[in-house]
Amino acid sequence: MTASIATNQTILVVGGGIAGMTAALEAAECGKQVILVEKSPTLGGRTSMLYRYFPKMCFPTCGLEINLRRLRGNPNVRVMTMTEVSAVTGSRGDYNVTLKVQPRYINESCTACGDCGKAVTAEVPNVANYGLDKVKAAYLPHGMAYPQRYVIDPSIVGTPEGEAAKAACKFGAVDLGMQEETLELKVGSVVWATGWRPYDANKIQPYGYDRFANVITSLEFERLCDPQGPTGGKILRPGDGKEAKNIAFIQCAGSRDENHLRHCSRICCMATLKHTQYVREANAEAKSTVYYIDIRVIDRLEDFYQNVQKDPNVSFVKSKVARVALNEANDNPILHGVDTEGYHRYATEHDLVVLAVGMEPEVVGVKLPEDIVLDSSNFIEGSKSGGMFGAGSAASPLDVNRAVQSATAAAMRSIQVIHKTASTEAA
Amino acid sequence: MTTANETAVAKYRNNFLKEVEATVEEGHWVKMCMQCGVCAGSCPFGPHWEHSPQKIFMMIRAGKREEVLKSDSMWMCTSCYNCMVRCPRELPITHIMHGLANYAYRLGLSPKGQPNQVIAKLFWESALKYGRVNELKFSLAMYFRDGFVQGVKNALAMQGVGLGLVKAGRLNPMEIISGHTCKDTSGIHKMIAKAREIEDRRRGLA
Repeated sequence: MTASIATNQTILVVGGGIAGMTAALEAAECGKQVILVEKSPTLGGRTSMLYRYFPKMCFPTCGLEINLRRLRGNPNVRVMTMTEVSAVTGSRGDYNVTLKVQPRYINESCTACGDCGKAVTAEVPNVANYGLDKVKAAYLPHGMAYPQRYVIDPSIVGTPEGEAAKAACKFGAVDLGMQEETLELKVGSVVWATGWRPYDANKIQPYGYDRFANVITSLEFERLCDPQGPTGGKILRPGDGKEAKNIAFIQCAGSRDENHLRHCSRICCMATLKHTQYVREANAEAKSTVYYIDIRVIDRLEDFYQNVQKDPNVSFVKSKVARVALNEANDNPILHGVDTEGYHRYATEHDLVVLAVGMEPEVVGVKLPEDIVLDSSNFIEGSKSGGMFGAGSAASPLDVNRAVQSATAAAMRSIQVIHKTASTEAA
Repeated sequence: MTTANETAVAKYRNNFLKEVEATVEEGHWVKMCMQCGVCAGSCPFGPHWEHSPQKIFMMIRAGKREEVLKSDSMWMCTSCYNCMVRCPRELPITHIMHGLANYAYRLGLSPKGQPNQVIAKLFWESALKYGRVNELKFSLAMYFRDGFVQGVKNALAMQGVGLGLVKAGRLNPMEIISGHTCKDTSGIHKMIAKAREIEDRRRGLA
């Protein structure tokens, strides 16, 4: 099938988040053949799991919609979801790629009507909400999912639940006999837009993410604020469902720390400043306190910081919190530390603690082709022979704006590889 | 003849950080501190000492030589290593605290009679004399450091613990007379003397 159309004039883009979509589209709009593979059932990546973007506080659905429109209208891009790259051999201009496609158990006839979801009772953790709630085991990943097709969780395949989903489908779209497939392709260049994942907050022992219900990560907070999220956009404490009105944000949770991630994750300061504005919008009385080492907002984003500093509901404490304890009477976390401006010792109680967790490359722990060059934090710098490139937050901790720039650059470099391959062959 | 302190003051002038880097064990790490405050907040003795490690590092960089070296803060370190395992820049904070205490002592600036300094000195002297620590003589020296009457009171207060140790075979009352030493005491003395000579030369304390 797809294997036959790929040649060494084709560009493979690995990862269908904002960077992968951009890289694929930029190359395709220059007339190149592109295969875009994505591990999960939908494009959009972590961008689709944000409530809003900084600094303009606009919604990611807007940027995604534009990219999805470009994608639908472009015959040069072939999108493959639920697909992972299992091996890459060869060198610049001439790679052999092995892809592994997981079964979706739903075929192209799906109209996303939702009847299968209604027929099923089993539930699985909702990945789109970082597991904060559950979805039916036959589900649409999220509202902006592309392709707009349901997915059946492998846990119900071969059970009466699976059969119920099949029986409910009026279009014959449920195919429980789908198997894992392996494909071999030839491509000329590879763009790794494999993205990032939040650093595992359980590893930051003194902050008690593993022990205290009311200590959450910034990504979970993002979902709490989103009307599509588990609480319908209300900032409720996971511990007891009460509204949080006195929220602490701990910066550098995992970043800039030789014991965890040695790099600065760059986005977390702006993300937290954005979060303080979510808090203000949800409740005009609610207070935010930001505990920080330095606020690192880059270039023009300084304006955003200055506006937040003027906000009387937001206060800043220059201190990396040493540890979080628990007030057992009300489940409030208590933050202990010493501030750097005057060396005052504090033990401050808040009703919710948000850890601004760092960005770790998604490929940590994954075996990459030997040719790939990684930096000291495992971000992808490129490849020795120059035929593979990192893009977006796989290449460096970047916000959406800079990830898109990085992806465009990677697409341009890939196109050069393709052109050089073509001219060598012609000669 | 000038004292070690006067020599150091003349040599490093206003640059206390340079002085610490050159003379204090692990002192070259001080410039790496990013003032996040995790050490200060993690210290179990935190509320009880005047200057936290974070503050001491900033004072060193600000050239507050007298305040740092005369402070009793670094003497309060119990070597629990909490700060060191949590430091995001992996500074060997515990070792720097001990290095600073040692340097202040060698310059004669450390606070006189600071209890941890007294016990460290007695421990070191006992170890140096016998090649190992004589627990009985060491504890008696601790008890009697404030005079005979206080010593008797201290000993009586601790007699239950002492008898328990004797019964368990962990303390031999006969050690008061001779006390076992190591095989080659004079060899150890020579070794320590040589080590000290080398170290003092390197640190400019000779």
